[in-house]
Amino acid sequence: MEAGTNAPLSLEELDAAVGLRTGRTHVLSILVENRPGVLTRIAGLFARRGFNIETLTVGPTADESFSRVTLTVDGAVDPIDQVTKQLHKLVNVIKIRDLEPDTTVQRELALFKVAAEGAARSELLELCEVFRGRVVDFTKRSVVLEVTGAKRKIEAFEQIVRPYGLIEMMRTGEIAMSRGRAET
Amino acid sequence: MRAVDALMECLKAEGVEVVFGLPGGANLPTYDAFYDAGIRHVLVRHEAGGGHAAEGYAKATGKVGVAVATSGPGATNLVTPITDALMDSVPVVFLTGQVRTELLGTDGFQEADTIGITMPIVKHSYMIQHPLELPRVLHEAFHIARTGRPGPVLVDLPTDLSRGEIPYEPVTETSLPGYQPTIEGNHKQIRQAAKALAAARRPVIYAGGGVINANAAAELTAVADAGHFPVTCTLMGLGGFPASSPQWLGMLGMHGTRTANYAMDGADLICAVGARFDDRITGKISEFAPHAKFIHIDIDPAEISKNVPAHIPIVGDAKRILARLLDEYRALEADPSRLDAWWAQIQQWREEFPLRYADSADNEIKPQFMIEALHEATGGEAIVVSDVGQHQMWTAQYYGFEKPRRWINSGGLGTMGFGLPAAMGAQVGCPEDLVCVISGDGSIQMNIQELATCAQNEIPVKVFIMNNGYLGMVRQWQELFWDRRYSQVETGQFPDFVKLAEACGCTGLRFEDKTTLLEDMRRAIATPGPVVVDVRVTREENTYPMIAPGSPAREMVG
Repeated sequence: MEAGTNAPLSLEELDAAVGLRTGRTHVLSILVENRPGVLTRIAGLFARRGFNIETLTVGPTADESFSRVTLTVDGAVDPIDQVTKQLHKLVNVIKIRDLEPDTTVQRELALFKVAAEGAARSELLELCEVFRGRVVDFTKRSVVLEVTGAKRKIEAFEQIVRPYGLIEMMRTGEIAMSRGRAET
Repeated sequence: MRAVDALMECLKAEGVEVVFGLPGGANLPTYDAFYDAGIRHVLVRHEAGGGHAAEGYAKATGKVGVAVATSGPGATNLVTPITDALMDSVPVVFLTGQVRTELLGTDGFQEADTIGITMPIVKHSYMIQHPLELPRVLHEAFHIARTGRPGPVLVDLPTDLSRGEIPYEPVTETSLPGYQPTIEGNHKQIRQAAKALAAARRPVIYAGGGVINANAAAELTAVADAGHFPVTCTLMGLGGFPASSPQWLGMLGMHGTRTANYAMDGADLICAVGARFDDRITGKISEFAPHAKFIHIDIDPAEISKNVPAHIPIVGDAKRILARLLDEYRALEADPSRLDAWWAQIQQWREEFPLRYADSADNEIKPQFMIEALHEATGGEAIVVSDVGQHQMWTAQYYGFEKPRRWINSGGLGTMGFGLPAAMGAQVGCPEDLVCVISGDGSIQMNIQELATCAQNEIPVKVFIMNNGYLGMVRQWQELFWDRRYSQVETGQFPDFVKLAEACGCTGLRFEDKTTLLEDMRRAIATPGPVVVDVRVTREENTYPMIAPGSPAREMVG
């Protein structure tokens, strides 16, 4: 029944927002004031409330008085509704968007240092090409490959190069932007 | 002018009449400015006393309290009052000194990372980076402390910057794009709430400290009267609804009345106003109010569905929302007779389970009797400030608060040592009122140094120590849940509170006879200046009734 009409109401009809765990990963794009301590406040809030951060990136925006924090949170573990409401209470947080996967471009950059000797070298270079990656360092015994893309692509590439001898991997964490003309 | 002189101008522009503080090395410039600023400064004996005094002032007057401390230990001594102010939503601005900027991060003398230490316990905080920022920051701090859900705001001021010369111009507006509290409730939701109330057959209004903060007691009473709804309040909400009203169920929660807790348990609709479903209210949460739908009115959206999912959430200022809810409810012309069966049930509970205690057969003073005597001696008109423990619960149960801002205590954090300094602040804010402290022999010792502040500043609080020689609430839990193994709860008869009071410049009295207690209390109240009364009460009395921790409300004991 429509709220706000004059029709009488039966209490049985009322529903509460139950099932606060959504069960999927949420990408929260948070516009914050570019001031000292803002990141500490966000990280501290997560620690204090017992929320888990999966990935976190911070960077400047087109307007130097603001920064953009992109956070991914597992909605199966944490109540996203509470996470965003608590974040909104921080005075330096201007805007939060819980980005819908279908209308969002997500990208992450990863570096892979892989042992590469003999025949493996050319195989790795081919794989890198398939993933539209780049070779950014090349020595006698190893290569460093750069791959960008959505989380799933990075993870797929990791699975493929791991058997060659993955020495180390570094990932930036995701950034995300809404599709279309409107600002994120 | 110097930044600190601009600070004084800002305080005056914010209407600050009094601050509570203690000087030190890093805030010497601030104190130099206080010297002839024309703002009253109460010199406390410990920064925690200053912080709680600012809280008591804020709670009694509804204005923003101000506490001042130096860097390092001065600031860390404020950690408890800041946390207390956050938990109970008290508007206080804390001004801390900081070492000069070139020493920051070097472990300089009396340096502490005040901003870092207090980050999880403030509503917001500022580290001054340039003297020019100070006026804007000060006004923002007051604005944030006072508006929305009130809370503590800290401003940390490095000593070199505080001496900087700045051109001062009054700040007329603040711009905080990330801070826009919702004030007006959603109209459709308010109408929906009115309809739910009209449809309910077993409704309860459950009001918390938010009603006091929003100055919404009159509106709450109007809504309750219009619908003839039963009302219960949390510990923080007492006084938000008159205890003499026939619709009053008593306080709810762990030491609430059976009537209030049973009503919550049996309700089909609970209208929560400025309350946050704390564990001391709900008991075992999975069995809390199992038949109820919830209307939840709160200024803080993060409280909605935090502990209990809300069916009709309304975010905004309780005063405005309740006023509109009243209009909407009246327009529905609901039939009040639908509540007859519910009121009959409530009346049955009241008769079967009134608050009661077994009075002593001799002259021994039962603690509950002591609170009843205080009510009589004060005509129920005092501002009553409590500490934390059994005496706090007995006061909440037996004093019977009629008006808001007459009951001041530490609810969320449960800070022993809150009472005396908070009363000091309340008395400074309300010089015409009688301010009484009810404390325990444990709690009072935690900030007892402020007796000297009261004596020096002629702050005439009347302190009644409910002395049972135990940390009584812990003793009760050890008796009930730890097989009477009384581990480290006995304080004996130390110190001698009468002598201690006299040493601090207060009047010290001791009452031990219930037959003369009322008369004695009247005499204590009539004594000019600060008075400390050591009231010897039954040693092992328990606070009942009680919801045992982790139990549902319907299984109250005692």
